[in-house]
Amino acid sequence: MIERAAQPPASPADASTGASVVADNRVTLRKLLVVTAMMFGFGFALVPFYEKLCEVTGINRIVKRDDHQPANTQVDTSRSVTVEFDANLRSNLPWTFKPLEGSLKVHPGEIGTVIYEVSNVAGRAVTGQAIPSYGPMLAGQFFRKIECFCFDKQELAAGETRQMPIAFVVDPSLPADVNTITLSFTFFEVAGRSQAGSSPLATASAPATVAAPQSKIQ
Amino acid sequence: MQATHSHPAVHDHGAHAQPTGLMRWITTTNHKDIGTMYLWFSFTMFLVGGILALMLRTELFQPGLQVVEPEVFNQLTTMHGVIMVFGAIMPAFVGFANWMIPLQIGAADMAFARMNNWSFWLLPPAALLLVISFFVPGGAAAGGWTLYPPLSVQMGPGMDLAIFALHILGASSIMGSINIVTTILNMRAPGMTLMKMPLFCWTWLITAYLLIAVMPVLAGAITMILTDRHFDTHFFNAAGGGDPVLFQHVFWFFGHPEVYIMILPAFGIVSEIIPAFARKPLFGYTSMVYATSSIAILSFIVWAHHMFTVGMPATAQLFFMYATMLIAVPTGVKVFNWVATMWKGSMTFETPMLFACGFIFVFTMGGFTGLILAITPIDIQLHDTYFVVAHFHYVLVAGSLFALFAGVYYWLPKWTGHMYNETLGKAHFWLSVIFFNVTFFVQHFLGLAGMPRRVPDYALQFADFNMISTIGAFGFGLTQLLFLYIIVSCIRGGEKAADKPWEGAQGLEWTVPSPAPHHTFETPPVVR
Repeated sequence: MIERAAQPPASPADASTGASVVADNRVTLRKLLVVTAMMFGFGFALVPFYEKLCEVTGINRIVKRDDHQPANTQVDTSRSVTVEFDANLRSNLPWTFKPLEGSLKVHPGEIGTVIYEVSNVAGRAVTGQAIPSYGPMLAGQFFRKIECFCFDKQELAAGETRQMPIAFVVDPSLPADVNTITLSFTFFEVAGRSQAGSSPLATASAPATVAAPQSKIQ
Repeated sequence: MQATHSHPAVHDHGAHAQPTGLMRWITTTNHKDIGTMYLWFSFTMFLVGGILALMLRTELFQPGLQVVEPEVFNQLTTMHGVIMVFGAIMPAFVGFANWMIPLQIGAADMAFARMNNWSFWLLPPAALLLVISFFVPGGAAAGGWTLYPPLSVQMGPGMDLAIFALHILGASSIMGSINIVTTILNMRAPGMTLMKMPLFCWTWLITAYLLIAVMPVLAGAITMILTDRHFDTHFFNAAGGGDPVLFQHVFWFFGHPEVYIMILPAFGIVSEIIPAFARKPLFGYTSMVYATSSIAILSFIVWAHHMFTVGMPATAQLFFMYATMLIAVPTGVKVFNWVATMWKGSMTFETPMLFACGFIFVFTMGGFTGLILAITPIDIQLHDTYFVVAHFHYVLVAGSLFALFAGVYYWLPKWTGHMYNETLGKAHFWLSVIFFNVTFFVQHFLGLAGMPRRVPDYALQFADFNMISTIGAFGFGLTQLLFLYIIVSCIRGGEKAADKPWEGAQGLEWTVPSPAPHHTFETPPVVR
């Protein structure tokens, strides 16, 4: 089936095919390089794509105000849900952060409010952003935040303490088997990566002074 | 034979003479030299990655911490994965492609010979970066080979070195793939239509397209990590409005096709060997080509089965579950075609055939555990357990690696001009397949019982199986030294190999002398 060419190539024809192969190769190379560049761009294009996708499908709206009204605004007094509050800091954030109450019992449809207290114990201004998460995860989509310090970045001056509210409604369509929701906030430092080397430890021992003007609470 | 081959090996390439010694290898643009270097490089990295694996298994021999600290253990798991995937398996297949594709399609060399040289010589610096990353403050990357943030964003400079290494390895892969695609599309011998090509060329053509499509996406993803680490971007940093889950989506958009990048050329090698030793043409050649293409296309729509536990909507879980199971269809077509090729063939079991049969048997087991893991509710149980570790070692070691061994034994006579020691080759196969199963079969049980992966210590009830697994791992590792011995002694001497040492072998590569001369097919053969 397979044989070697019986004759050495007739030179003119072969020379021309040789040249055309080189030209063809160039064309293929150019096309494939374009594909490579496009796919590199595609990787980055996935970022806005997923952002849009999450926005449209409502998968990832945890730090946005839930302004659309729940279909049923009736307060369901027949049952109550315990909301537990949890507060965490990313390790390098020189703050203290805690809710003033550990938990709250609310009826679905009723507005609940809780105050979190945060203090900056570093000797410098630090900006943080709180990210909520829910346990069970399913409860997240029934937990509507009306007011939350997590909607904005929080900048605390050196030594400043601030009390910040969160107001929420638990949607009455919350499945009946959920009777406890854990709302957990984690504060992250925003201004890039902090000077972890010149760490807060030195300043942490300085007396954490009190009471920033209450007016700064949003 | 043509005049090209009849005069002795002393060529002068027109005006310039061939450098000798080290410079020959540094400056070579010859596809066979480059293929050889790729194969030696990947074997070296295979041994390095293997040593890391043995350190892991030593730590896991008994519960408790004996040998390495947990931080070092994490570095070892990560670097074992990165080195084996990017340093051993992928370059080994590129080495095969370099050696065999021009010989199989009747081309004189690869399309872009200088780029070919460059794509090889990018590899050693990348490997060096990976190795020295163990010695920078904080040690090597330790977030797992998947480099998930937030760990990869927080880690020390070892992560930067790993990212640079991956960039370089990716660039090398892309250049290699462009070369392979161009060679196959434009440089086939007259009469060699696409549907007459050996299946190894077909699988590599499709693999090369996959590489060109997804390696840039990986480059993008790790570039985002790099800018998150140093330039205050927030692609994956939740506090800055980013999302760590985004990385998983982008990474696995690369990562799943990558899995097939590592197995499709293995399918190609096995599809060459089985017909040769069954002395029958391959059953269902056309369906093999279509099955390979289907696997490649499907590989782009199944990525999220790696991340069922991130909390995606049930609709998405169902889609990815069914899409994943769909891949079993073309893969099944392949396995049945191989079995049908053997059916009523006059088979002999030389070492390549043994490894090919071992491949089918053990790879299929890995395929089935893959199907089990595709089932979302089961995956949520088994995610990040040793069941997953067992699964991907069944497809990567018993799949890709056994196919590589098979290919090495099959083409070694063509490469070296000598026959390897058949007795030792068979011993290598049996020791490998037995120790492989001793190492990894028990890991299924560990995973089902709930032992998580990437841990240096474990609960007491896992002790026995871990001990068995470690013993198997050392057996498997030592067996590969036998492989090294077989290769070296085959290069240095042994029975002269005929031009076509395997009775049933088909293809243009067997029409050139053994060892294949430095230049082949300068006059293209005519295929009818």
